[in-house]
Amino acid sequence: MGRFFFYPVSAFTRTYVLYYTDIKRTHVLYNSGRLQGREPAVDILEKLEILTDAAKYDVACTSSGVDRSGRQGKTGSAVACGICHSFAADGRCISLLKVLMTNQCVYDCKYCVNRSSRETPRAAFTPHELADLTMNFYRRNFIEGLFLSSAVMKNPDYTTERMIQSIELLRNEYRFNGYIHVKAIPGTDNALIQRMGLLADRMSVNIEFPSEMGLEKLAPQKKPEAIMRPMGLIRSGIEENTSDLVLYRHAPKFVPAGQSTQLIVGATPDSDRKILTLSEGLYDKYKLKRVFFSAYNPVVSDPLLPSILSAPPLLREHRLYQADWLMRFYGFSANEIVDDKNPNMNLAIDPKCSWALRHLEQFPVEVNRASYQRLLRVPGIGVQSARRIVQARRAGSLDFEGLRKLGVVLKRAKFFITCQGKVTEGVIIQPDTVLRGLLSKNDLKMLPAASGDQMSFTDLPEMARVMGGVPTSAFGYLPEERTNEYAGQYEFGIHI
Amino acid sequence: MLDNTNLVYIYDGTLEGFLCCVYESYARSEIPQDICTEGGQIGLFAEVQWVRTDMGHAQKVYESIDRKICLEAQDFVKNAFLTCMENKEILIYRFMRQGYKYGRAVFDRLTDDTVDRITKAVRNLQREAGNLKGFVRFTVYDGVMVSCIAPKNIVLPLLSDHFADRYPDETFLIYDRIHQMAVVHKPEGTLLTSMSKLTLPPIDDAEKAYQTLWKCFQHTVAIEERYNPKCQMNHMPKRFWTDMTEFA
Repeated sequence: MGRFFFYPVSAFTRTYVLYYTDIKRTHVLYNSGRLQGREPAVDILEKLEILTDAAKYDVACTSSGVDRSGRQGKTGSAVACGICHSFAADGRCISLLKVLMTNQCVYDCKYCVNRSSRETPRAAFTPHELADLTMNFYRRNFIEGLFLSSAVMKNPDYTTERMIQSIELLRNEYRFNGYIHVKAIPGTDNALIQRMGLLADRMSVNIEFPSEMGLEKLAPQKKPEAIMRPMGLIRSGIEENTSDLVLYRHAPKFVPAGQSTQLIVGATPDSDRKILTLSEGLYDKYKLKRVFFSAYNPVVSDPLLPSILSAPPLLREHRLYQADWLMRFYGFSANEIVDDKNPNMNLAIDPKCSWALRHLEQFPVEVNRASYQRLLRVPGIGVQSARRIVQARRAGSLDFEGLRKLGVVLKRAKFFITCQGKVTEGVIIQPDTVLRGLLSKNDLKMLPAASGDQMSFTDLPEMARVMGGVPTSAFGYLPEERTNEYAGQYEFGIHI
Repeated sequence: MLDNTNLVYIYDGTLEGFLCCVYESYARSEIPQDICTEGGQIGLFAEVQWVRTDMGHAQKVYESIDRKICLEAQDFVKNAFLTCMENKEILIYRFMRQGYKYGRAVFDRLTDDTVDRITKAVRNLQREAGNLKGFVRFTVYDGVMVSCIAPKNIVLPLLSDHFADRYPDETFLIYDRIHQMAVVHKPEGTLLTSMSKLTLPPIDDAEKAYQTLWKCFQHTVAIEERYNPKCQMNHMPKRFWTDMTEFA
């Protein structure tokens, strides 16, 4: 008795006071004396600032993909869904200590803040400094683990060896059991990638540009082959490891949280279609866990790049993530979202609504009978609410009030569903009215010159041209003259 | 069952006490209109019934949840009791009545008002616990890690396993000053206890240095051109900030 009552409150009778000194008297000192009370080196603050600033443009910062419980004698654990520890002023999640090993780079990639020709303060962590920092942040629950990347010091192999030293130190000496994400440096020797993969939870290689042309122009020292080779190596490493694990349960795990990559959006004239089909290929062929998109932030003035004054194409990045979600969780394929006729998404409207408007013949859907897959295609119904619909209709037939309770966004869904054969009262299913109803205030705010009342469905193609075509670099599409200049050159995507 | 429109049960505020209310209601074949703790708001014409907490009765009711509904329902009821939902007792009581009637299918009745409110409250509890797994900040005092939180729901029971698993060899304390309780973990074991006051010594230089480093990182990692405080606040409501190192 009493074991299951984990809530011991009889707060009203059994209160007693526990002072700090009580715990201190009885506590067992933390067993690694090396960490205890040691102050960080004096110049570490400066280093941290430089190497964080240099790393912040890498977007991938999730700590997801692997469940690993803690162990006696070690510090840390990992949770499959990932944990956000803080949010930066830009609204992005902070989960890992995202830093570079060094920002001293031998490459001179045009788009990059760390390119060798740029005048900027340079620094490098020693493996011990980095491990100390990680452990001390981790203990205080500031972070979920380490995200280590690096500029290329001397050559890719030398750089990777330094990175391996740091994470070996963390894993073996500091007994760190938390999450580690490392960047594979393009051009690194296969054996080093193998070693790294056994220490890290996730590895990633940044493709950066969806076409060979983009790479050639903007990062001439990086070859597509040098990017795709480590990616292939990691994939086959994971595959081999999976079959090893079937045979030997204790075989060391190789990159258990899988690999990811990043594509920069808006620095080259590549279309959404190219970006999305490439992503789809990466998910299918390379079994990537995530493809991240990074709105290009003009940090450098260069004739090949968008003007330094242009804002990062945040809306386009947002739409790409929505499309990515549709591909990963909603059963959409890339060519359902964009095609030859419309190679770019319509920025005015989210891709799911856009698809639904182009396929009104598939609606309305009767929520009480439709399959899970069909429910997922309805704007306003997400993965959670589709699951809840399937669950709740076992108990009885659903009406609109019930759908609201399940979390369905009726504002959007009402145009596409029937409940017990009935349409929501007052709803007229005509392309014009539907479109007006679908645009959220937020959507309208993000569009500079459009107002919902004046738009109609017939404007959509026009808007698609204006928004999705090539107007201003604010949307991440290069100006028309620039696109023409490149015409044809960007036809061939990266071969995967 | 007699549906008495004025009947109010009073219990001692513990889960055991609440389960005894359920027992009493079935033993006396009556349906209370409300279940309150002592000192709760009771209507003028209420017919008050004090329910004595009996461990044997509580155990019986607790086991019946598994037998008549399902095993998950036990955890669900326990979690529902930790939420900050208003009138949670009477809602859980009604949920259990439905559960005894429909069995595990009670969880499919998501459009029912009672089930809807309870599932949302439990979801809210789990979301808050999930948030705090990230937002808890430890300050190290001579090897002991201490953290203060001010959650709306009683989240400590959901947090203790996570942190005990993460720092098995450490000594740490998480103090919930709203509900005046704390989790204390030492390598030998973990204890959940009530705690009315926590006094802490000043922090040392090493601790100050790491706090400064963290503030520096948290500040530097943001991209200026993407400044979006509204998005930041959506993900991390201001009420958590008071206890977070980076905003202190």
